[in-house]
Amino acid sequence: MQAVKYARAGSVEEAVNLLQDGGDGARPLAGGTDVIVQARERTRDIDLFVDIKHIPELISIEYSADSGLTIGAATPCYQLYGDSAIADLYPALVDCTSLIGGTAIQGRASLGGNLCNSSPAADGIPSLIVLEAQVEIAGPNGRRTVAVEDFCTAPGRNVLESGEFVVKLHFPAPAEGSGARFLRFIPRNEMDIAVANAATQVRLDSDGVVTWARVAVGAIAPTPLLVADATDALVGQPLSEETIAAAAAASRAAANPITDMRGSIRQRVHLAGVLTERTIRQAAERAA
Amino acid sequence: MVTAQSKETEKYNVIGTRPIRHDGVDKVTGAAQYGADLNLPGMLAGRVLRSPHAHARIVSIDTSRAEALDGVLAVITNADFPRASDEVIDTGEGSAQLNWVLDNVIASDKVLYKGHAVAAVAATDHHIAEDALELIEVEYELQPPVLSVRDAMVDGSPLLHNSLHTRRMDGSQSDNPSNTASHLQFTKGDLDDGFADADVIIEREFETSMAHQGYIEPHNGSAYYRADGTLDVWTSTQGAFVVRDSVAPLLQLSPSQVKVTPMEIGGGFGGKIPVYLEPLAALLSQKTGRPVKLTMNREEVLLATGPTSGTYMRVRMGAKRDGTITAADVHLAFEAGAYPGSPVGAGAMCALAPYDIPNQRIDGYDVVVNKPKTAAYRAPGAPQSEFATESVLNELAEELGLDPLEMRLQNACVEGAQRADGFTYGVIGNVECLQAAQDSPHWQSELEGPNRGRGIAQGFWFNIGFESSAYAQVNGDGTVPLVLGSTDIGGTRASIAMQLAETLGISAEDVRPHVVDTNSVGYTQVTGGSRTTFAGGWAAYECAMDIRRQMEERAAALWECGAADVAYGDDAIIRGPADEDGNDRQFTFKELAGQLAASGGHIVGRADVNKTSSGPAFATHIVDVEVDPDTGKVDVLRYTAVQDAGTAIHPAYVEGQMQGGVAQGVGMALNEEYYYDESGDLKNASLLDYRMPTALDLPMIDSIIVEVPNPGHPYGVRGVGEVPIIPPAPAVRAAIANAIGVHMTELPMSPRAILDATVLGGD
Repeated sequence: MQAVKYARAGSVEEAVNLLQDGGDGARPLAGGTDVIVQARERTRDIDLFVDIKHIPELISIEYSADSGLTIGAATPCYQLYGDSAIADLYPALVDCTSLIGGTAIQGRASLGGNLCNSSPAADGIPSLIVLEAQVEIAGPNGRRTVAVEDFCTAPGRNVLESGEFVVKLHFPAPAEGSGARFLRFIPRNEMDIAVANAATQVRLDSDGVVTWARVAVGAIAPTPLLVADATDALVGQPLSEETIAAAAAASRAAANPITDMRGSIRQRVHLAGVLTERTIRQAAERAA
Repeated sequence: MVTAQSKETEKYNVIGTRPIRHDGVDKVTGAAQYGADLNLPGMLAGRVLRSPHAHARIVSIDTSRAEALDGVLAVITNADFPRASDEVIDTGEGSAQLNWVLDNVIASDKVLYKGHAVAAVAATDHHIAEDALELIEVEYELQPPVLSVRDAMVDGSPLLHNSLHTRRMDGSQSDNPSNTASHLQFTKGDLDDGFADADVIIEREFETSMAHQGYIEPHNGSAYYRADGTLDVWTSTQGAFVVRDSVAPLLQLSPSQVKVTPMEIGGGFGGKIPVYLEPLAALLSQKTGRPVKLTMNREEVLLATGPTSGTYMRVRMGAKRDGTITAADVHLAFEAGAYPGSPVGAGAMCALAPYDIPNQRIDGYDVVVNKPKTAAYRAPGAPQSEFATESVLNELAEELGLDPLEMRLQNACVEGAQRADGFTYGVIGNVECLQAAQDSPHWQSELEGPNRGRGIAQGFWFNIGFESSAYAQVNGDGTVPLVLGSTDIGGTRASIAMQLAETLGISAEDVRPHVVDTNSVGYTQVTGGSRTTFAGGWAAYECAMDIRRQMEERAAALWECGAADVAYGDDAIIRGPADEDGNDRQFTFKELAGQLAASGGHIVGRADVNKTSSGPAFATHIVDVEVDPDTGKVDVLRYTAVQDAGTAIHPAYVEGQMQGGVAQGVGMALNEEYYYDESGDLKNASLLDYRMPTALDLPMIDSIIVEVPNPGHPYGVRGVGEVPIIPPAPAVRAAIANAIGVHMTELPMSPRAILDATVLGGD
């Protein structure tokens, strides 16, 4: 690891200025669980860390029935899964934040960091997609908002422009009859990166008909994917073996994975279907 | 956990109890000094430049820009070492040509695996050393990589070494150079007759991956070449004397010029026997006149230290309807890595060792490939070969409708049985392990539920003896410092001290064991081969007997009687003849210890034992698994390990060895593999992607210690460290087959492999 400069930003504006002045070698630092490793292993050229986790709005959890949930991008996982509103209303966020890394990593790692690292296998992103997260970005030209499914563009790449960073994530309040679930498949039982992962949110009416659904799968394409065809397969009818199988088929069809040391193409395609089925069933249980 | 002494050890005072280990407090508090903790005035930091290619000729190395960097004091390559001869040196659990040892430490004309060391730098700090590596310019001429034994053995395969010919058991060599370094064969009876007698014959092929020992402490090596021409080395090693005897010839020093201090060790499992960094640190220190420390990171450990062999194996086995095994034909081809010396020989000798099979042929091939040079790993060679044979035996039992445990009992070797390699067993606990497994609550229980299955397997390992030394002095307060040369990996300070205490009749706490450098104790072989408690304990016994004799002589002098009239009792009471008044005369150990200084001086006991015998070890394991048919994931639900320890000196550490062996064996069974791409690049050189089991991946492992004392040891010790890694893979394979009806043919039996063999069907 090379000598790097470190600057602690006290406000969003200060962070934007520091990042802009730092140019391509500047990198926001939240929990640092990815970027510090990347700097040490020299897989990213970083000469300035701009520490954003001391900016109050970056570490915050706010919920109201009107405006939904807003979390600061650097809020560590343990605060998220330890929050009673999140536990009650957004259990799919607990699913993912409680299995990223281990206990020590969860003390620092954040959903904003997980999103900005933009790994295809990121365990936080499928839940964000099915929960319809909006990403609030600050930069030299002020603030803008991007739907989370449009955020990642390629492995390790995303829509952030030079000098920009993610400030907050907004989630709508869950509608009546909603349930969401995230699952990942790893060969062991902890401390691993997903071979494939998936999240589903469904909304059921009082007759058990699916009125709304989102399915997202990860580690099966260059970016985590919102599977639009799975929504079509599920919405408008009660859940059945057939609709679940059709949604799983849609996930398999959307998958475009690679073979690497974590999994093969056909294993990942197959798992995209298996995890889609399982998350649909378990999301529906939570909706009931 | 049972804490009472066993039936076998009730007769002892110390053996069979569970005292707190002498080194425990230092380890728990962090005071213990590991190799990376060493810091000396003026110490330089070293780093190693490693090959990005699996197979290439080194055209040129230009170190001038690195040498010019501020803070860099030396840059070395292979050319800076004295020319190494092809003499064969003892490398601990094997032997190797000196020039190959050197070329593995730092490449000469070719790099033979990704991560192969090419140059080393010493600088004033770690960051400068790292920067310097980027300034070394190496020109490579790429060669096609050879990545499997089957590819390597084909005529016309690219050759790793033009000078390598196949060595046969009769000493002859092949005419043409080859990647096959040696071929060995053991035979017994007549194979054709044996298969003609069989009612059922099963033949299977297996492939297994390289697997790493996975010790938590990465390698380190520090050296200080003094102005008087002596060299100090500090390192994490299983054998300080092996390091001395490897480093000295590489630098053309005599052993007397080299002192090696074994630092505390964070795991080894056989992988910390070879030298990697020590010779580099030594030469860098020689060049700079300053102490130099090198450490590896995890990626370097996985890329460039010695895992165990990947293999291709084929087993054909036949049995009669009643379960009698009539013949077995075993073909073993083991990856040696870049230089000859896989554990195929041991694998071949172990392959059928638990069974009395009249007709056998076992062929073993040692094959070089463009992967790291393999090193010893816990029962080297046996987990692979016995995986193949135990798996086929389980399938035979299934085919014949026989209980696999009964079938093993029916064919089990007992005292007097002879292996194909000619060894005849003495007193062994093979049958006793099987019977204890049969009687276990696990085997007696019913397993219920879908996709669940149970498997068993047997394991055999030789264990070894060889040379160990001990010194002990008697302090005036009756405590006994004990000086040892064996690195303490599995609690051997305690297990050796307990044998000294037992012999002297004192408490384990009154013995103070210390592991010291090579100048401060007699020659001691590596901590490996499950030999340390066996041979170290024997040395401690002899050392204690030496003290007993001297204590008798001293008492005789004090009582002015003949030494023959004084007896040192096992209760640590030294009794003499009655005095003139007819009163009994006796000293306790502590009383006499207190009189030593004033009655002629202190007493030192010493021993150096060198035992070519050992006590073979057997184990029987039972495992229940549940397979998720949708994902291919295997969960281990329940595990019972049964093992003959001979005598369990410290039962808690015996159980620890059994459980640790199971954990590593299950790792090899389920997820651990070296994952190479077609260019020979190891893609999973991290503990994230090299998947050893975590605490959540294993149930509590039940251990049942069987004690069939080894008559060839003062306390019946056999050695316990290695055999428990052998049965897990075939037992897990059998359990998977029992759960989902699929017989896997490769290790690891990862979720991917199981899906490929089931729902994703075929290639």
